[in-house]
Amino acid sequence: MIKHLLSGGDLDADTATEILDTAAEMATVAGREIKKLPALRGRTVVNLFYEDSTRTRISFEAAAKRLSADVINFSAKGSSVTKGESLKDTALTLQAMGADAVVVRHPASGAPHRLANWVDGSVVNAGDGTHEHPTQALLDAYTMRARLGRLAGLSVAVVGDVLHSRVARSNVLLLSTLGAKVTLVGPPTLIPVDIAGALAPGTDVSYDLDSVLPNVDVVMMLRVQRERMNDSYFPSAREYARRYGLDGPRMRRLPEHAIVMHPGPMNRGMEITPEVADSPRSTIVEQVTNGVSVRMAVLYLLLGGNNR
Amino acid sequence: MAYPPAARSSPPRQPSVKVILASADVQRVVDRIAHQILEKTQGAANTVLLGIPTRGTPLARRLADRISTFEDVVVPVGVLDITLYRDDLRRHATRAVGPTELPSGGIDGKRVILVDDVLFSGRTVRAALDALNDVGRPASVQLAVLVDRGHRELPIRADYVGKNIPTSLAESVKVTLAETDGVDEVKLYGGANS
Repeated sequence: MIKHLLSGGDLDADTATEILDTAAEMATVAGREIKKLPALRGRTVVNLFYEDSTRTRISFEAAAKRLSADVINFSAKGSSVTKGESLKDTALTLQAMGADAVVVRHPASGAPHRLANWVDGSVVNAGDGTHEHPTQALLDAYTMRARLGRLAGLSVAVVGDVLHSRVARSNVLLLSTLGAKVTLVGPPTLIPVDIAGALAPGTDVSYDLDSVLPNVDVVMMLRVQRERMNDSYFPSAREYARRYGLDGPRMRRLPEHAIVMHPGPMNRGMEITPEVADSPRSTIVEQVTNGVSVRMAVLYLLLGGNNR
Repeated sequence: MAYPPAARSSPPRQPSVKVILASADVQRVVDRIAHQILEKTQGAANTVLLGIPTRGTPLARRLADRISTFEDVVVPVGVLDITLYRDDLRRHATRAVGPTELPSGGIDGKRVILVDDVLFSGRTVRAALDALNDVGRPASVQLAVLVDRGHRELPIRADYVGKNIPTSLAESVKVTLAETDGVDEVKLYGGANS
């Protein structure tokens, strides 16, 4: 097993499948009266969050607690970071406190990679800048496998702001490892040139959502970040919603079995309409539930044994 | 293999292998445990068999099968994976987690009989008791094993024992079953003067 989880590309097909299989067992714990396992008793997991996050932080916290680990939450607000402490000094402090794993979210791409060189424990990337978010990709893969029964051969459209999306990058890497075919869809301004070739050969790019929809098993909508709307990546929010938003008529053009995913938080009316978000095809709530199981699996596989 | 230092001077002996139970013996032993369960539980009503993977699982299924043949009662069978409850998790590389499958009726208020192949230190059973505690509240818990080889490290005993095998710590007992290994057999490996 690997020591850190920094990128969707860290995982080979066997390890990724092991995580998904373990997550399936962890999911059964959620249905029990006592939602607790003793596997990480006495281990300390630090949630080091330099960016606001609700679901990811809570999801990691719930996962660690269900495995009986001790959880320390660190958010940049109200910490020494506001006094100017560097990431390295913060890391060394956590190290001195005996953190066995650090779950880190940071606005700078690559911060978790640096952190991994400074601490002895395992580092889990919970989103770095516009780079990667591997546990999101794992829970997306888990959700697809749970709904559609397989990953190999699936056709997945990832739609929206690919340029700034760590979810998209991690998903392309992981899904192609697991044998799914990804098509990146969005306005040309929001899809980096040659991203497909750089990340995973075999990935397609399209600028026309309507032509892609009839041939996919999964459509994953990405959030359009509010701050981007004023950055001239597209003429107006309304035009974006018209061309790349998923509404009822577009959803009905999908194959019968296809599912709609969104990593959250959603902008209802922008990239997805309420009709789609609340339809039975939408897996948005399941994704949150599955997130806890997948993060339990990741923490167990990184920390459960003597892998040092 | 933990030979005493003195033995190192002579060339190491071929490790000996002794068949303790052959295929027909294993079947007889399973039949006897099934009878004992019926006798001790007065007909195996309100009883659930939970196998501890890997080889406790097929043993539990066989016991249920024999019990239904002998007395025409259906005993629900389940699987209890104890990986996450082991006390030696940190001494080994990460272990794969297996499925826990409880019978549809659950285990609350039932008489649960844990089934395993070999009873040795008792640590597996301790882990199983902890796991059981988290998945329900049985009325009582009993233990059935194919082989008891002694050397307990915890105050645990079996209610149903297929065969007691006195061993030394240098020896190892290996149970193979048709379902998992292709053949029913219990073998004793190694040992100083066998």
